[in-house]
Amino acid sequence: MTIQDIKDILGAKILWAGEGMLSHEVHTACGSDMMSDVLAFVKDQAVLLTGLVNPQVIRTAEMMDIVCIVFVRGKTPDPSMIALAEERGIALLSCDHRMFTACGLLYENGLRGGCQLK
Amino acid sequence: MSQVISFHYDVPGDDFTRAGEASSSIKKVLKQVGLAPDIIRNVAIAMYEGEINMVIHAGGGQIDVDIAPDEIRMVLKDQGPGIKDISLAMQEGWSTAPDEVRSLGFGAGMGLPNMKKYTDEMDIESAVGVGTTVTMTVFAHPREEAAS
Repeated sequence: MTIQDIKDILGAKILWAGEGMLSHEVHTACGSDMMSDVLAFVKDQAVLLTGLVNPQVIRTAEMMDIVCIVFVRGKTPDPSMIALAEERGIALLSCDHRMFTACGLLYENGLRGGCQLK
Repeated sequence: MSQVISFHYDVPGDDFTRAGEASSSIKKVLKQVGLAPDIIRNVAIAMYEGEINMVIHAGGGQIDVDIAPDEIRMVLKDQGPGIKDISLAMQEGWSTAPDEVRSLGFGAGMGLPNMKKYTDEMDIESAVGVGTTVTMTVFAHPREEAAS
């Protein structure tokens, strides 16, 4: 699935995406408002869905090599957060769906969590 | 790279929005050094959790990072309240963080367990009322390779 696919499936707005980034492949996803839970499991080429809006969301994505963040429930980051994401090359999207629905739509279209239950 | 490169950071304790700047800086340096992406990520995540802890619990602190050819060593020192029971603090889900910190996306009790998970060695020295020093080491080569 590409970032463009995520935009289309969720009817999301693009807040920032570098040139050519919409065709980037995303392999896994996680949805959480708790950043330490996000940091607990490394994923490959991941997208983060969150309703949390503060600079630590961008920092967490940076540390994890997450390529795209989708803000759910219509949340919109402020310009300083968008600038931080741009500096780090992380695509930012915003959609009106609630977390459960946004995750469900992406799952239904083939995106998976990337972590196996022990 | 044949010698040790050292970095020092003073982490301010009064600005949550700036927490993570030191970890971000080290991640950039490690990329320039050319280490494997998974090693860089392990260092960045562990140091970031430690940096967040410093800001949340201890009013800031100091971080020293030594990058050697075979390992990356991080020493995070604060003059905060200290950890009363380290083994309890290491349990996943155990946290003393106030609700205000949870609303910022942290304080889920995963900080110290995550730091242990992403490093090869971790040592915590803490005295109540004096402060805490966390020393973490990530080997520059995967463990299996380092052992052979």
